[in-house]
Amino acid sequence: MKAFAELLDRLVLTPSRNGKLKLLADYFAATPDPDRGLALAAITGDLDIPSVKPAMLRTLVTERMDPVLFAYSYDYVGDLAETVSLVWSSAADESAQKEIRLADAVGALQRAGRADGPAILAGLLDRLAIPERFAIIKLVTGGLRIGVSARLAKQALADFGEVEVAEIEELWHGLKPPYTELFRWLSGEGEKPQRAAAAPFRPVMLSNPVGDGDLEKLDPADYVAEWKWDGIRVQAVSEKGVRRLYSRTGDDISGAFPDIIEAMDFEATLDGELLVGNPPGHTGTFSDLQQRLNRKSVSAKTLSRYPAFIRCYDILQERGEDRRSLPFAQRRQRLERFVATLDPGRFDLSPIVPFLGWEALEDLRKDPPHPIIEGVMLKRRDSAYVPGRPKGPWFKWKRDPHTVDAVLMYAQRGHGKRSSFYSDFTFGVWSGAEGALQLVPVGKAYFGFTDAELRQLDKYVRDNTIERFGPVRSVRADPEHGLVLEIAFEGLARSQRHRSGVAMRFPRISRLRWDKPVAEADRLETLQALLDR
Amino acid sequence: MIHVRNVFKRLFGAPWRPYLWTMQPHRLLCPRPEGLFCPPGGFFIDPVRPVDRALVTHGHSDHARAGHRAVLATAETLDIMALRYGEDFAATTEAAALGRTVRVNDVAVTFYPAGHVLGSAQILVEWNGLRIVASGDYKRQRDPTCALFEPVPCDVFITEATFALPVFRHPDASREIGRLLKSVRQFPERAHLAGAYALGKAQRVIRLLRDAGYSEPIFIHGALSKLCDYYASRGIDLGRLEPATVESGGKNGFAGGIVVGPPSAFADRWARRFADPVACFASGWMRIRQRARQRGVELPLIISDHADWDELTATIRDTGASEVWVTHGREEALVRWCELAGISAKPLHLVGYEDEGD
Ligand SMILES: [Zn+2]
Ligand SMILES: [Zn+2]
Repeated sequence: MKAFAELLDRLVLTPSRNGKLKLLADYFAATPDPDRGLALAAITGDLDIPSVKPAMLRTLVTERMDPVLFAYSYDYVGDLAETVSLVWSSAADESAQKEIRLADAVGALQRAGRADGPAILAGLLDRLAIPERFAIIKLVTGGLRIGVSARLAKQALADFGEVEVAEIEELWHGLKPPYTELFRWLSGEGEKPQRAAAAPFRPVMLSNPVGDGDLEKLDPADYVAEWKWDGIRVQAVSEKGVRRLYSRTGDDISGAFPDIIEAMDFEATLDGELLVGNPPGHTGTFSDLQQRLNRKSVSAKTLSRYPAFIRCYDILQERGEDRRSLPFAQRRQRLERFVATLDPGRFDLSPIVPFLGWEALEDLRKDPPHPIIEGVMLKRRDSAYVPGRPKGPWFKWKRDPHTVDAVLMYAQRGHGKRSSFYSDFTFGVWSGAEGALQLVPVGKAYFGFTDAELRQLDKYVRDNTIERFGPVRSVRADPEHGLVLEIAFEGLARSQRHRSGVAMRFPRISRLRWDKPVAEADRLETLQALLDR
Repeated sequence: MIHVRNVFKRLFGAPWRPYLWTMQPHRLLCPRPEGLFCPPGGFFIDPVRPVDRALVTHGHSDHARAGHRAVLATAETLDIMALRYGEDFAATTEAAALGRTVRVNDVAVTFYPAGHVLGSAQILVEWNGLRIVASGDYKRQRDPTCALFEPVPCDVFITEATFALPVFRHPDASREIGRLLKSVRQFPERAHLAGAYALGKAQRVIRLLRDAGYSEPIFIHGALSKLCDYYASRGIDLGRLEPATVESGGKNGFAGGIVVGPPSAFADRWARRFADPVACFASGWMRIRQRARQRGVELPLIISDHADWDELTATIRDTGASEVWVTHGREEALVRWCELAGISAKPLHLVGYEDEGD
């Protein structure tokens, strides 16, 4: 339990991805089964534990201490779980008593019924020291927010076992906590587990961006071009009566797309782009698609207003036969035949874009026929479907991004190598009438500039700070004085959460406009116009 | 030494209030804008403005200020004041030996160890049979760089309240040092930057690292060198210390090393010479996760030179005091605890002591 509590505390405060991976892999190496598997499940959100309501926690603690002192404490700390973990009096804080294993604590909680749950929790807290108390309370209140995605956890497993992350992803859906078989294999003590799940996820093949000079070395005749659709990449798997829709990282998103699932009356694994609309005539915007994302379930009204469909890119498996080792051109022929048999309202083909040479393709890329196209994809005709991002077979060539001139408003210190620089920048655009101009924050960017530019930005922030709160500095920004940043971004969506009403996708600083008068930066209306286009 | 008061308390379960009321402790010590004043002794304790006669508990700058005419303090505190302010920080100085009573006008004064930093003391003042202890800053946890706190029986105990909330429970400092060393092993390609206040905390962290078996050179910020040298001259072996200059870090920017510096230095240019640093901060404040997050601390080390909640309440009981005066910090919670424990208590409202760095 001690090691698990320490791991959580360190993960929360470790900003870098590599740091997190190292902490996780070291924990997996040093911790026995089944504790490490339970910890993994806790981190990925797959640990099933009866939950405890905050009100009950509060009751438990105020039965044991003066409510006034508790109120002072909670008021100061601000987080209930943390406060309770700290003020709970227990002998374990001083004495070096027997370590309680995570498995024992989890087991006790899982066996607890509604009636004896509180007493069992209290009994555990009595026997644990502060960091472990915090971990347990976070587990039972379901608030383990430690900045580790399932994807990162799988990468840590791969690092620990020195295998490819794709191998873990392929196995993942057939495995259950505490993953003993998986850990035995990764630590070299057992066989690789058999893939047990029906309709498993197959790790996705990704492309690399076209870099300067890349194309000159390539023969256009070796490549096929397709549009790059700005939806979300998915994998539809239907095997032996089990149907699943996965995101590109292997998360099961079937629940949000019953319309797609219903139409999957086939035996195959398809790779494609999830979009909304009525193909082929109408394809909705990214804003429309957002109405269907991040939901556990979906209403009938939303289903009819924003019908989802998959624009198919590839076929990985067909009637039980793995097709991934075939060349792209052959898979494509099979895909065309296969999609022709499916419900055309739910599945269509991503069209091939004929082109003669790179210049001709560039013209197409710059002026695509539909707003939800964000560029072109290039796929080598002879490429097998391999997981990950191999360099060479597939390229993405994005259309030039949108740009806007914004004003620097806040800066925050960076992480890792950049921790002594102000390197995370919040910027805004003007709104309001002439003479009463106000900046509205529209986004945050922390890359796009060179090291030399970072030093200039850092100096500018330090020289023009008007207020500091923690690691954040507020920078002077008014119509007479301020710094204009040219921000490049990939797209815009409506947002309820942002005061400006818009959210940028992938914003980055493309140029420092030292030359530009700050009052001439863009207005919010400019962004809103892009949204309505 | 058995005290009548304690016996009374044990027999009757209540403090000996009538006795104290007749003693009128505020006539012996009372708050003034300059600090805590003792009229019959004609002196101030830890005055924040220049005065004629000052008794100083310890060398931290909010307690020990330059410019008094006469200063009475432990020899170490006087040395530390001279290091910080120059030899002429006061017109005259007198060294107080621990446990030996001296008379200041009508008042008997005795210094006892406070366990806070090297030379730190509590000050017992006695007058007409009334005993008040002004404890300055103190802690009860073992600290290899200074003498252990000694509970002094008294009628009125004046306590600090820096960490006077039930949420502050400091773990054993050696456990925290163990966490730091584990991280150094886990991330050998990074430099570990440990923020620690220059007087007391820095030397304690270094000494604890040595006690844990760490024998590599430790790199220190220039602001620490005088005080580290002084600690070493007083027999506290800190092992090999090297200045954290750009040259000493070599090409790989102190990778794998431990660097100790004052927390303020971490925000400035100085910190840029380190390879992908792990920001650590040794402080009692690090108990609260949000505090660590706000400061961008990656590895909080809960090491404090002030008493935590359990130490504060245990100490109040240990002194047998029937009245407690609470100063600098979170007075309200400790006053509330005293009320519940049947001990009369009030906040002192002294000004000039910041929410202390720790
Ligand atoms: Zn102090
Ligand atoms: Zn103090």
